[in-house]
Amino acid sequence: MSMESVITIRDLRVSYKDREVLKGINLDIYGNKITAIIGPSGCGKSTLLRCLNRMIDLADGARVSGRVLLQGEDIYSPKIDPVRVRFKVGMVFQKPNPFPKSIFENVAFGPRINGYKGDLSALVERSLRLAGLWDEVKDRLTANAYTLSGGQQQRLCIARALALEPEVLLLDEPCSALDPVSTMRVEETIAYLKERLTIVMVTHNIQQAARVADYTAFLLNGELVEFGETSRMFTVPKDKRTEDFITGRFG
Amino acid sequence: MSRREDSFFPNLEGRKRLDLIFKLVFFSANLVGLSVLLLLLGKIVRDSWGWLDMQFITSFPSRFPEKAGILPAIYGTVYLMIITALFAIPTGIAAAIFLEEYAKKSKFLSFIQVNVYNLAGIPSIVYGILGLTVFVRWLNLGRSLLAGGLTMGLLVLPVVIVTAQEAIRAVPESLRHAAYALGATKWQTVRYVVLPSALPGMLTGIILALSRAIGETAPLIPIGALTFIRTIPKSPFDSFTVLPIQIYNWTSRPQADFRAIAAAGIVVLLIVLILMNSIAIFLRNKYQGRIKEI
Repeated sequence: MSMESVITIRDLRVSYKDREVLKGINLDIYGNKITAIIGPSGCGKSTLLRCLNRMIDLADGARVSGRVLLQGEDIYSPKIDPVRVRFKVGMVFQKPNPFPKSIFENVAFGPRINGYKGDLSALVERSLRLAGLWDEVKDRLTANAYTLSGGQQQRLCIARALALEPEVLLLDEPCSALDPVSTMRVEETIAYLKERLTIVMVTHNIQQAARVADYTAFLLNGELVEFGETSRMFTVPKDKRTEDFITGRFG
Repeated sequence: MSRREDSFFPNLEGRKRLDLIFKLVFFSANLVGLSVLLLLLGKIVRDSWGWLDMQFITSFPSRFPEKAGILPAIYGTVYLMIITALFAIPTGIAAAIFLEEYAKKSKFLSFIQVNVYNLAGIPSIVYGILGLTVFVRWLNLGRSLLAGGLTMGLLVLPVVIVTAQEAIRAVPESLRHAAYALGATKWQTVRYVVLPSALPGMLTGIILALSRAIGETAPLIPIGALTFIRTIPKSPFDSFTVLPIQIYNWTSRPQADFRAIAAAGIVVLLIVLILMNSIAIFLRNKYQGRIKEI
């Protein structure tokens, strides 16, 4: 394929103590596309996602080997500070986790701690608009983030990540704690965002991958079984295990 | 197969009665402490009746009951609490942050942890002897407010550390992850996410710690706060006395009037304690309720 790969993963292995959870992953994440990582519980999909912004460093006793190139630069090189990586690669978590601060302060947090010198209010507004939340919260920016509904909180978390203008956005099962309507709103937001950045999303929900992802990676027991365009993979899977999984025979 | 009615004996009435009995047991457990406290307060207020007036609050101690006052002890206690708080709160919170956020889990860490718990159980007189050796003699601070405040600070330090640790542990890990994922450093995460969320819980520990310190006499006796002083301390290096020591001094006198004066002193001590705690509780309530799990 001739498309530009924003993240290049080569022979990535992660183990906790003696247990290897990722067994040599090779994967290319293409720019301005949505890549979904699917697989049954415990297949290592969240671990893989956490390797892409070095949040894996925070896990006790995780050992990482192999290479993850972000725009050609190995983020596991000793010269690279994980804080710099996370500044470029944003992340949204499974459960909405806004800070116990105002809506405004939540979005302003990243820019503030990273020494943003521009117009903070404009940046906050822009981020909230991108996350599709501005119209709902513009009149109560000083209200505590916990006054928002679960779905709004998750879009606030997306806005918070976007405020750093990241090149890549990682989403770890972003809708698993949300109702169907909120899920739909978040999916719309994600689809809209791929114009500006690259999205990698872990999902438990096969239909969600089929709905929003351009590319899908199927992981099983720490190995990448199949990777390809979503439309192709969901119609003519190459591997029998992929077919079994996407048709709901296991997982 | 038997019918349902034959195998289940719900006895709802009996179970409900048991509910009620336990509710009463738990309620009366509260009454034990509360009623003794009220009894005590009632007796103290009655004993002190007529003695607690402006003259008492604004005068120095005296051999003559009608001239005796508690002014230096009020100043001594307030100053002592300020020094204790200034020393114990930052030190305790900083130690708790290290133990919870920075230290790697290790044998050494659990050794420190166990010793923090042990320190909380050491008799307070031992702290007095420690304070006498370290602050009064080695650091040459003399029998001063500063030596007393630092000693008292050491005494309450374990309580501050342990409660601050619990407050820090109660901050959801997801909030730390959110901060790290936004490119925050460890210190930024601690400063802007962990500490604000842990503050209400920490204040609870601080209230407990200072409430204990305000009533302590034993650690101050070796320091030399027992002195019968006729001046108000003007600097941290002046000698001092505190309310509980002044009260103790009065109760040990033979004249009956001094027992009433001691009661009046206790009322003053309680008022200072309540004022101090009200401030802390006000602060805690102000910050509480901002963090809720989703």
